[in-house]
Amino acid sequence: MTRTVALLLLGLLLAGVLSVLAGKVWVPPGAWAAADPRSIIIVELRLPRTVLAMLVGGALGLAGAVMQGYLRNPLADPGLFGVSAGAAFGAVVSLYFGYAAQAWLLPGFALAGAGATMALLALIAGRSGSLIVFTLAGMIITSIAGSMTSLAISLAPDPFVSSQIVTWLFGALTDRSWDDVLIAAPLIALGGVLLAATGRSLDALTLGEPAAQSMGVDPVRLQWLVVAGTALVVGASVATAGVIGFVGLMVPHLVRPLVGHRPSATLLPSTLGGALLLTLADCLVRVAPTVSELRLGIAMSMLGGPFFLWLLLRMRQRLA
Amino acid sequence: MSVLAAKGIGLSLGGRRVLDDVSLAFGRGRVTALLGPNGAGKSSVLACLAALRRPDAGTATLDGVDVQTLDRRERGRRIGLLPQAGDVHWDIDVRTLVGLGRLPHRGRGGETAADRAAVERALAATDTTALADRGVARLSGGERGRVLLGRVLAGEPEWLLADEPLASLDPAHQLDVLDRLREVAASGGGVVLVLHDLHLAARVADDVVMIRRGRVIATGTADEVLVAPLIRETYGIDAEVGRTADGTRFILPLTRAG
Repeated sequence: MTRTVALLLLGLLLAGVLSVLAGKVWVPPGAWAAADPRSIIIVELRLPRTVLAMLVGGALGLAGAVMQGYLRNPLADPGLFGVSAGAAFGAVVSLYFGYAAQAWLLPGFALAGAGATMALLALIAGRSGSLIVFTLAGMIITSIAGSMTSLAISLAPDPFVSSQIVTWLFGALTDRSWDDVLIAAPLIALGGVLLAATGRSLDALTLGEPAAQSMGVDPVRLQWLVVAGTALVVGASVATAGVIGFVGLMVPHLVRPLVGHRPSATLLPSTLGGALLLTLADCLVRVAPTVSELRLGIAMSMLGGPFFLWLLLRMRQRLA
Repeated sequence: MSVLAAKGIGLSLGGRRVLDDVSLAFGRGRVTALLGPNGAGKSSVLACLAALRRPDAGTATLDGVDVQTLDRRERGRRIGLLPQAGDVHWDIDVRTLVGLGRLPHRGRGGETAADRAAVERALAATDTTALADRGVARLSGGERGRVLLGRVLAGEPEWLLADEPLASLDPAHQLDVLDRLREVAASGGGVVLVLHDLHLAARVADDVVMIRRGRVIATGTADEVLVAPLIRETYGIDAEVGRTADGTRFILPLTRAG
């Protein structure tokens, strides 16, 4: 495990450097100093963008690893509790009413959406600690938030707003600033602490709920750690980068065989792996020879679909 | 003397009365078998004793203290539970799996030398040392059953509650596991087993509890309880109870009682 973590850290460092270099405009390292006007590209655009890619990727990777461990299902995704759909709907509301002009309003609405989702989850599932009720409640919330989002698109006051909404829904890191980093970082850090505290319980859950409980796992406490942690990190991610799928699904899969499948052992490598994957993907969309920049969310979906298929084929092979 | 006890436990699940006024006391150093037909409430008794379920009447106590009020980790260290469903959700290796049994003992730091030693003892006791580095997905049903028992043994609990620990084991390993459970009792632990096989219960148990429809029908030593009339009352079958030449008790189910 230590070797995997060291390699991922090294990869992440290299990806960070690459991400600062990559773009339509070449800025030689000599021009990074404040005196050169081109340094703005580095300091105000590429650096925050790189930091945000790492934060969001790490958040999604960690949340995915925790969700898969918690639900004991390799196909679970951080969006499963409805938090990303709720946050996205919050952001869509702010776009619909044209509030998005101010830097803090859209993320604020998105976070409110994530918070509302959590409150709704609590209301529906209560203190039952039942996994099935929780997952179903999350799916219901996802579908409600999705339909409201579609409604907002179809009722948009003018085509510009609806195209703005649609574009935003495909997550991206284009033109993000230090403000976005400032919004995301504390929330992701706090959520990350909550999620990291689940490791031991997730290990125990490997043996099923009765055995885990008999070993001292408190199912209600675990549930709230998972839900609150996921809401914070996914809410902050969606608020600053839009909906970016598949990172939380793919990364835990890729690291799991490297660290021996124990859920707690996948948490840190999934965090680093998520950060690495998103940083690299964001470099790619910047240098891809497209007229306008390819949206990061679309790029991830294009990677994710085939990955899902590969996963399914492998599982089918094992079941056969 | 540490005592695990049920005092007037009543439990309803989904509107069905599963346990009704169940009072039992288990002693350390003894193996107790819970017997009864399917759905009699045997597993529910274990669930109440291990505090997985909160009875809606009565209490389960450990040394006089309600198990529900014990600290979770302490309870986990003192009462080990082997549930019936042998779920293992990730393909971890056998040593890691057995090591999970040490979770209630582990502090913030990682494994200690004591943890590792306990795991090796549990591997040896369940005859799974040779499998230690193998992934769980590549075990047979019986191997998995032994490994899961090893997980509970690794915790070295004062009380070992096991739900059908012999299911899916071949006869040789059934006898091995029975020997291990007898050893746990011999070293001062209390062992409570839910069993279906009457003859295996007859082999291993010091005490026997007969349960039918959520009520205790009989409780006592194996000699007192494993008799044809009580077996008939509990299971609705006629059985022959006898002894082999060397004195080992056996129970042979004959026919359904009319």
